[in-house]
Amino acid sequence: MYQLTDQERQLLNIYQRKLPIEQRPYAAMAEACGMSEQQVIDCLNKWKEDGILSRIGAIVNHQRVGASTLAALAVPEENMEVIAEQVNAYSEVNHNYQREHFFNLWFVLAAPTQERIDEVLAELEETTGLPLLNLPMLKAHHLDLGFPL
Amino acid sequence: MNSIAQRVAQQSQQQTTELLLHALQEGLPIVERPYQALAQQLGWSEDQVISELDALAGSDRVRRMGIVVKHRPLGFKANAMVVWDIPDDKVDAVAALMSKYEGVTLCYERPRRMPEWPYNLFCMIHGYQRDQVLDRLAQMVKDLELGDIDHQPLFSTRCFKQCGGRYVNKPKSQLGAGHG
Repeated sequence: MYQLTDQERQLLNIYQRKLPIEQRPYAAMAEACGMSEQQVIDCLNKWKEDGILSRIGAIVNHQRVGASTLAALAVPEENMEVIAEQVNAYSEVNHNYQREHFFNLWFVLAAPTQERIDEVLAELEETTGLPLLNLPMLKAHHLDLGFPL
Repeated sequence: MNSIAQRVAQQSQQQTTELLLHALQEGLPIVERPYQALAQQLGWSEDQVISELDALAGSDRVRRMGIVVKHRPLGFKANAMVVWDIPDDKVDAVAALMSKYEGVTLCYERPRRMPEWPYNLFCMIHGYQRDQVLDRLAQMVKDLELGDIDHQPLFSTRCFKQCGGRYVNKPKSQLGAGHG
């Protein structure tokens, strides 16, 4: 478990869901959490270094901007690393996990157009020769609002 | 009614969105004036970045803006994508109830692919340990009377990649070829 101070925990609990959009956003975060602006900046840089911070940014609604899908491959265990590498090589792939199922490699693709998604999936299907599932979202009932810490 | 003026406005809004999302793709710079840094990158003013970003944040083109964490290194080591075969006429109601459970971060409807994939509802349950996730799932099954519904928890065993989506290409106008 990654160790967080109360102030750091507060910083994460508040600012996964919002971003102060003003000239000095880190100063605004600092004020809300009883920290100094420099402390917030140092803290974010440390999290980045430690690999717990992905980025400060936007989670795009792909139903409005670009296109995305969830796909899965059924990979023989002994080929897992090679195939995972092959999937990762596409910059369109932003999540890629091994999971416990016959379909055992699950990845999310996002691209500016549906055509590009279809192209990547067709390429993967052809080059791997493995069974592939393409499961685009039909409806979002609940969206990622960050992790309560 | 979709006048030419409306279409031009829509196109320009879309292009602004793409420029901003592209600039944010690697993350907001961690410096005192990050929007000024983005402004320099975009050739805009800092005020313009702030007002456009504010409009984007309030729109349905983004789900949220803020700090994006990597959940595994943080300690959320157990994560199950639970897949369910819910009768089509019940899926909305069940999904709404599932979404309220602690640990459920996502709940999406996706197509079945018969015969190999009979599941139409996906919910992600995160926890610190596998048992905790399984307890949450068992509680959900009991409360929502889903015992007779075919479902499976697909725990993740390895993370090969987690990063922000490369959802936008470098917009044309930034390449100096703004003609469209």
